[in-house]
Amino acid sequence: MFLQQLKLTDFKNCPSTELDFSEKINCFIGNNGAGKTNLLDAIYYLSFCKSYFNNIDQQNIRHGCDFFSVHGHYRRNGDTDLVSCIQKRNHKKSFRFNKKEYDRLAEHIGKIPLVMISPYDRDLINEGSEVRRRFIDGMISQSDPIYLDELLKYNKALLQRNTLLRQFAESGRFDSSLIELWDEQLHKAGTILHEKRHSFLKTFIPIFGDYYNIVSGSSEEVDIVYESGLFDHPLINALKSGIDKDRQLRYTTSGIHKDDLQLMINGFPLKKFGSQGQQKSFVIAIKLAQFEYTRNIMGFKPILLFDDIFDKLDDQRVGQLINLVSQDSFGQVFITDTQKQRIGRLFDATTIDHRIFEVQSGMVKLTIE
Amino acid sequence: MTEYSSILLENAVNELSRLPGIGKKTALRLSLHLLREDKSRTEALSRSLSLLREKIVFCKKCHNISDSDVCAICSNTRRDENLLCVVEDIRDVMAIERTSSFNGLYHVLGGVINPVEGISPSDLKITSLIDRMKIEDIKEVILALPATIEGDTTSYYIYRLIKSENLKITTIAKGVAIGDALEFADEVTLGRSIMNRTPFDNG
Repeated sequence: MFLQQLKLTDFKNCPSTELDFSEKINCFIGNNGAGKTNLLDAIYYLSFCKSYFNNIDQQNIRHGCDFFSVHGHYRRNGDTDLVSCIQKRNHKKSFRFNKKEYDRLAEHIGKIPLVMISPYDRDLINEGSEVRRRFIDGMISQSDPIYLDELLKYNKALLQRNTLLRQFAESGRFDSSLIELWDEQLHKAGTILHEKRHSFLKTFIPIFGDYYNIVSGSSEEVDIVYESGLFDHPLINALKSGIDKDRQLRYTTSGIHKDDLQLMINGFPLKKFGSQGQQKSFVIAIKLAQFEYTRNIMGFKPILLFDDIFDKLDDQRVGQLINLVSQDSFGQVFITDTQKQRIGRLFDATTIDHRIFEVQSGMVKLTIE
Repeated sequence: MTEYSSILLENAVNELSRLPGIGKKTALRLSLHLLREDKSRTEALSRSLSLLREKIVFCKKCHNISDSDVCAICSNTRRDENLLCVVEDIRDVMAIERTSSFNGLYHVLGGVINPVEGISPSDLKITSLIDRMKIEDIKEVILALPATIEGDTTSYYIYRLIKSENLKITTIAKGVAIGDALEFADEVTLGRSIMNRTPFDNG
């Protein structure tokens, strides 16, 4: 499947444009602030019904305009599907598949699989553990509805237990039998989630390791270590023995909501001991592994968005990446960069089907076909 | 300046629009409808509402809504006194009664345990359930609470309080709706139906 045509109206800084894409590689070239990434974001919208960058839909309407619209024609096995997203100011977002409005946006997500690689991915390294948990939760939920259901149950039970802890602390009384009720629920859901995370990572980590070697061109030893209290004790025991601490802090201190992924390079934490280039290669490899995992589950190739591909990578590594994504195991790819000559050099030597678009203050034009 | 030409109309609209599912426009439509109808219709309506509030009682045994101290179900001698179905709400009693598949007695909890909403076990009719278990000859308790984490937790709470050797405790089955094609069942429900499958000769 690939995006054949994209039509934008008043989306971010782009007044109006209509673009026809290559089935393989498409590059957006332009200066900072020209609107390259906005084009990627429009494509992201059509897959996930929201922006990758700004969760407030209304703020994606071009300044002074009343609405934005994004329309994409997707081709798959000779059929064309039209996906549309229309956001009017002070209205609900409207999302349509072949002109039919969705009742729930969740129905759309997964229909057009897409992986975005952007400089923001470094949040996976630098930010708190919830970013990493959200990442694996998203990946597993995509193919395992039971996982999502258990996760929602777990979060609800956690909220109830924490509320109870707070109520007890405020009122000064305590009833352990009431807490134990929620312990039991957390234990049941938490154990399932823990096992599923564990087995997911067992498949995911080898794929990731292979991609790291390709991206970095080295044989540094990388690993993702799943850290969870549930490896040491069944959750029910940890909840019971931690109850005094929980009462003091007024929240639940053990459980899978404390799980983390430790990103390692040559046996040391990547966050502290990895160079910027190593960190970059690491997150790109994670995202490419996500691509492959999604492809295996969906049975067809997701669209790949590559924002600011030269960020912290040298020409040689980027060359390797382009070669990699040109292969048949990858489908349609979108790339942004600031320098025309650099991209030109990369593609002059290849025979791969590609198109280069120049972006200037929201206006886009095709330069090379 | 008021929106309505009469303060009496405005009062009626305000009262009606406090009801769930009724907004200002519907409230106005209802009020004007009553004004067009015969006066006795409105009197009958307000009388029945007042009587509802004044005379209604809750069954001493099962806490269902009733006209007398003990409700029609609890006082019906043809019902199976060994079988007790625990439900959240009066509406659940009505729903199960409509199935005509159950001939036992009920116990209405009046809610489920939910600390976030401020509902603790002491707000529910659980003590009276324990008392009933002591005096009445109940052989099986069916826990028919909602399939949510709060419902499950409440079931588990009651289970721990009442479990004993001679008592059978069951819970309603969850799964694919009758007449539904499997392809239309949501994945979670269908997945659980497969995990909790039942032997064919029992089905």
